[in-house]
Amino acid sequence: MPKLFWEDFQPDAVAVYGPRLVTREEIVAFAAEFDPQPMHLDEAAAAGTILGGLGASGWHTCCLLMRMIAEGFLNESASMGAPGVDEVRWLKPLRPGTQIRVRTTVLDKRASASRPELGFVKMLYEVLDEQDAVLTTLMSSMMMARRDREAAR
Amino acid sequence: MKYFEDIQVGDVFEYGRYTFTADNIKAFAIRFDPQPFHVDEAAAERSHFGALVASGWHTALAWMRLMIDHRRRMDDAMRERGEGVAGIGPALGFRDLKWLKPVYVGDTIDYKSEVTEMRLSNSRPHAGLMTFRSTGVNQHGEPVISLVSTTFVERRVKPP
Repeated sequence: MPKLFWEDFQPDAVAVYGPRLVTREEIVAFAAEFDPQPMHLDEAAAAGTILGGLGASGWHTCCLLMRMIAEGFLNESASMGAPGVDEVRWLKPLRPGTQIRVRTTVLDKRASASRPELGFVKMLYEVLDEQDAVLTTLMSSMMMARRDREAAR
Repeated sequence: MKYFEDIQVGDVFEYGRYTFTADNIKAFAIRFDPQPFHVDEAAAERSHFGALVASGWHTALAWMRLMIDHRRRMDDAMRERGEGVAGIGPALGFRDLKWLKPVYVGDTIDYKSEVTEMRLSNSRPHAGLMTFRSTGVNQHGEPVISLVSTTFVERRVKPP
């Protein structure tokens, strides 16, 4: 039985997950597999790009965030997945050796008009470095089962 | 990449296909999205999905890899013809990513992009901004993913 249902998410609630060390090896391995562009693969090539040095693929940052929130709270929740992501902004490069944290803020919640068994929870996720600089922001609504419906089944 | 001036709104880039298997779905999800319906067949059968489904991030990353490979082939062909190759990136992010239908074991997704907007950049006069909508369609012709990205593309004509 999940611990967290739609009813448990309160607007404005903030939580922080991590830290998680991001190594050069995993940045390069991720890029080689999914996003093989020079600025994610090789210091010399990256130095000549707008990133000004090796940085993680923005998609890698999203995947690290996903893993951290899955282990942070989603796997204890009645999550039914997400219909998508409203917006992702890659604000600053994620450099090798950074200890990242993810800050979550509940922006909004609403019941589903068509599906009474679930509700939507709109979240802001921010990937932070050690100095609390925001590297990436991600806004997304998740679908969460309702406890009252679960109890009624 | 083609130069900013050589790309038109409505241009379409076709990237090719990726097939999702139980093995690659689980291998991806164990690393990046370990929710029960992505990593465990039995748990997925009990979930509202009814069977193992790919992480939406996996569906997106399959697109990313095919797009990068396509750009590299395009760049190589342009160099062979003696044409200049424009720099591309960085991307600022993306928006309106929609996971429209679940992706199940055995699904083959066909990816492409269409350019929706081209405009000059105020902050980087040597580049313009290209906005494009990318989509993935399964073997039944149903769209499963859609997103809108914006990235810098080098201009052929640099302002003084």
